[in-house]
Amino acid sequence: MAYNFDWGVFFQELPGGEAEYWQILLDGVGWTLAVSALAWIIALAVGSIVGTIRTTDHPWLVRLGNAWVELFRNVPLIVQLFLWYFVVPEVIPPLKRWVVASDPSTVQFLMAVVGLGLFTSARVAEQVRAGIQSLPRGQRFAAMAVGLDTVQTYRHVLLPMAFRIVIPPLTSETMNLIKNSSVALTIGLAELTFRAREMGEYTFHFFEAFTAATLIYVAISMTANRVMAFVEKKVAVPGYIAGGGK
Amino acid sequence: MMKLTRVAVALAAGLAVSVPALAQDLTGTLKKIKETGAITIGHRESSIPFSYLDDKQQPIGYAMDLCMKIVDAVKADLKMPNLKVNLQPVTSANRIPLMQNGTIDLECGSTTNSVERQKQVSFGPTYFVINVTGAVKKNSGIKSLADLNGKTISTTAGTTSVPLLKKFEKTAHVDVKEIYGKDHAESFLLLSQDRAAAFIMDDILLAGQIANSGNPGDYMIIPESLRQEPYSMMLRKDDPQFKALVDKAIAAVYKSGEIDKIYAKWFMSPIPPKGVNMNFPATPAIKEAFANPNDKGVQ
Repeated sequence: MAYNFDWGVFFQELPGGEAEYWQILLDGVGWTLAVSALAWIIALAVGSIVGTIRTTDHPWLVRLGNAWVELFRNVPLIVQLFLWYFVVPEVIPPLKRWVVASDPSTVQFLMAVVGLGLFTSARVAEQVRAGIQSLPRGQRFAAMAVGLDTVQTYRHVLLPMAFRIVIPPLTSETMNLIKNSSVALTIGLAELTFRAREMGEYTFHFFEAFTAATLIYVAISMTANRVMAFVEKKVAVPGYIAGGGK
Repeated sequence: MMKLTRVAVALAAGLAVSVPALAQDLTGTLKKIKETGAITIGHRESSIPFSYLDDKQQPIGYAMDLCMKIVDAVKADLKMPNLKVNLQPVTSANRIPLMQNGTIDLECGSTTNSVERQKQVSFGPTYFVINVTGAVKKNSGIKSLADLNGKTISTTAGTTSVPLLKKFEKTAHVDVKEIYGKDHAESFLLLSQDRAAAFIMDDILLAGQIANSGNPGDYMIIPESLRQEPYSMMLRKDDPQFKALVDKAIAAVYKSGEIDKIYAKWFMSPIPPKGVNMNFPATPAIKEAFANPNDKGVQ
């Protein structure tokens, strides 16, 4: 294959000369981390609530939760981001006025956070629901028998155990979220993949640019994985089913 | 060692031009075509009117017509009347790697020939020259690029327009906010939704977006230029035999005047799928490229 690898390309200046390529990649990493972190908070908060209400015995709450999960899980992420960024402001005039008046990168960032956060919340909800349902039914009955109401049952009995069980799938979801954040490039957010493509377009050194992006994604995902593994170990209850790997 | 290789390449180039290629002497792309019995053309899917899909999902366009002239020349030179033509859609991000790894042999789209890109690939003769400028809404009151000061401007991510815009900001002391679309259609959408005051891009691509929009009369192209860029078909680097064939085939089309018919077909007449007329007469720079075929890249 006739490809001339040139790793020095990272230290070349962009056309226009305001930065070198490694700097814009680093800038992209910043956006990737920021979007991922905020979206993860939304996903975990909303996903926990939706997942929990799907296990209650209120039919309309269950239906609401199911509708939420099906809506956000069945529409492709790239379509959801397009809808949030291009379509939603068109149907909400005050939002449109804010979008036009604000800095474009702020709008892209917030839309990406909301889109990615809600998309992932549906997946987190599924896992939280599965975690709760994996508990023996006797747990719930025992809680009720000692006089706890529904909220107390969830707060003190079901959720503490369910969350420990779902830490491994949540780890996968966290890593997915970080990688999914690259879809934000479709609404123009200058995150890591966006910058790698940009670097490729200008220099035609696509392989170097994407090699760097790949390694950075692996590093970020592995870090998230290790952090979650640490959390899993810290909160493990000795002797309990989800006691965590040694 | 490097020097020796270069001398060898230069010699090979000289030989290839002066001696008709014999089958056993074939190198590079022509050798590959002879051995596989097929040539693979990379085309774009929405670079109207250069290379795009029609309503039957077949790639058509100005660049495709020119590339078919090259295919005809390959058939004649290699005496392969039954040469198979494979069509491979490419994007601006994967066109170079696909060229380098041998997936495509010739790229026919809307690729700017630049000196920087020539370090990675080679180009055929320039077949179009564009001006990078802006499209605005007529009712915006913007008449020149300088009027864009303080406005938000959309452009397509990864295109050569982005650094040009940055440079323009610096030299003209204009302060703008940039907003990126992932493709031309999205960048234009930002303009049509008033989220950007102007869309900075190649004039012909702007004309294509405007012609295909719901109300073409609402838009105008600013009659200024940030830079001129040559468009050309892309081929593999250091492949003198194929390069010579491409140059010869295209030069023949230019010289015979056939190019005028092909140009008129795509830029001055209604084109599929919607029957839109680009109405884009050849500029002096384009006429110059036809009169003196060259593969000079822009800096």
